[in-house]
Amino acid sequence: MNTKKCNILWQDEVKRVAAGIRRRVLKHTIKNNGGYLSQACSSAEIISTLYTKVMNLGKLESPLVPEQFPGVPGPNNPNYTSGAIYNGPRGPEYDRFFLSPSQYALVVYAALIETGRMAANGLDHFNKDGSVVEMIGAEHSPGMEVMSGSLGQGISQAAGIAMARKIKGESGRVVLFLSDGECQSGQFWEALQAISHHKLDNILAYVDINGYQCDGKMTSVMNIEPFDKRLESFGARVYRIDGHNIDAIAALGNLKPDGRPTFILCDTNPCKGIEILEKRIPKLHYVRFTSSDEKTQYENALKAMES
Amino acid sequence: MEILSKVHAKNLVAWAKDKPNVYALSADLTGSTEIDFFRDTYPDRFLSMGIAEQNMLSFAGGLAREGFIPLVHTFAVFIYRRAFDQIAMSVSYPNLPVKMFGFLPGVTTPGGATHQAIEDIAVMRSLPNMTILECGDATDVESVLDVAYEVNGPVYIRMIRGEIPRLFDATDRMCFNKIRTVSHGKDLVLLSTGICTEEAMRAVKVLESHGVSIHHMHITTLKPFGVEEVLDAIAASKYGVITMENHSIIGGLGSIVAECMAEAGLGKKLSRIGLMDTYVHGASRQYLMKEYGIDAMALISRIESIVGAKFGIDETELPKIHITPVHSDSKAEAL
Repeated sequence: MNTKKCNILWQDEVKRVAAGIRRRVLKHTIKNNGGYLSQACSSAEIISTLYTKVMNLGKLESPLVPEQFPGVPGPNNPNYTSGAIYNGPRGPEYDRFFLSPSQYALVVYAALIETGRMAANGLDHFNKDGSVVEMIGAEHSPGMEVMSGSLGQGISQAAGIAMARKIKGESGRVVLFLSDGECQSGQFWEALQAISHHKLDNILAYVDINGYQCDGKMTSVMNIEPFDKRLESFGARVYRIDGHNIDAIAALGNLKPDGRPTFILCDTNPCKGIEILEKRIPKLHYVRFTSSDEKTQYENALKAMES
Repeated sequence: MEILSKVHAKNLVAWAKDKPNVYALSADLTGSTEIDFFRDTYPDRFLSMGIAEQNMLSFAGGLAREGFIPLVHTFAVFIYRRAFDQIAMSVSYPNLPVKMFGFLPGVTTPGGATHQAIEDIAVMRSLPNMTILECGDATDVESVLDVAYEVNGPVYIRMIRGEIPRLFDATDRMCFNKIRTVSHGKDLVLLSTGICTEEAMRAVKVLESHGVSIHHMHITTLKPFGVEEVLDAIAASKYGVITMENHSIIGGLGSIVAECMAEAGLGKKLSRIGLMDTYVHGASRQYLMKEYGIDAMALISRIESIVGAKFGIDETELPKIHITPVHSDSKAEAL
């Protein structure tokens, strides 16, 4: 087999999915007059590479159509369904994906559509009354498995699952997507402390370092840099890469475990691919158009993407 | 009905003008908790604490020990769920004047279970020294700062934001441990808090036209709780009392009233309207109030079963409520 040709193929696929994530999230933002757009710009390559190249996920026979919310979990509700079904059947050899900042749910929904795991009309259910396609994803939302909208809890739950998988002798990894802002919480550091202590090297964490949070630039809100040095001192194996470089993202997804958890810090541009977002700096967390002029600019950007 | 926008944002700036020891603390939700005007007006008195609430609450305790008045602002869930031990030991035990502003109580957020404070009153009122206030309209929001400031100790406030109605005249202000009577009646006592008061007012108007007379009271101080006036009204009622709250039926207004009635030996029926010991999910406030039975129609149906009658009231007969669009300009963020 011609490996060079194969390389081109997977990279084309990653790029197609990444472009699809940006396009779908932009389209959704225009349609709803608001959305988590900068998160799509910063993480499109990371999420796309994870879903198409890095993670070993089970296949689905056909894209799933989001169902109505089946009611909260409880002893008398047998109908509650995990959003993890969108990531394929469960098996000891499969990786498990955990989205820690649930505010990125929209990005994951778009990725699920692009990779044939959710039906294209799934986004029409977004933030609709009675839908599982929630604005801040919950564990019944497509692609999600735990409650992580209260920031800092995603990594600890994933660590518990990683520990359990080690005990059970499962070969599949725990792949965790984090964003930089949530790493301000104390629980994040408690989790890392425990992960290092228990040598959970089956955890592969990608962190979207886009440098912004709800209030603005992270260095002005609450600085966490030098983040790589801090993580290393807590016992992690740390790499810092350009978060839009899909070759680097993919290559580091294939390392041999060495007793330490792996953290891949992805420096990203929250305006990547939709450069007019730069006008909104430092308020990038949630985009709502302030004028019809502004909306028109984004509509033009969408047209350019679609052509 | 008058609808006001960003009431807390404007009010806080005016109120804090001559109070140099008042500081606002934010956990990365400055616009979302309406302290952006404060930050821009008094940048030296604004402290950015990042997404790190446990530290923020103990840090506030430290400030308060030195004579400052920290006004802690974030979503309600991130105050009491994330930092409960810190509140108990760094703030509540030493009885420090930390004022905690908990936004998006109950079903007022579409953010789902991780963002919905449904048991905050239950949890916070179990702490000694803690005072609990809840706002239900613009007048409450305009007056709550004065009430909280006068309390010698920590205060937890269930806040509302964005576009909010004025249910009480601007001069009919929230007062500490005072109940405001909305209507007088002999059949039933109705006690409501927060956003449920508006729903209750809608229902009471129509019920009165069907011959049910209701003694409706709006509660803003949940701890301590002014029992006498309430108990007198319940004792005088024909059918007993209904509590109505945007909170679990466990530990909130319903439980508070139950305790008071039991201790007084008051043999009347209590009926609780609230979240029936369930988590909630992400959807609009109007949808969730209907789905989980804490709206005007849920109250009407409860009263029908209590008095044993069917009034055949259609929702279209009720006075309209103001519904803020999901992407209203009065909201800084989606959430």
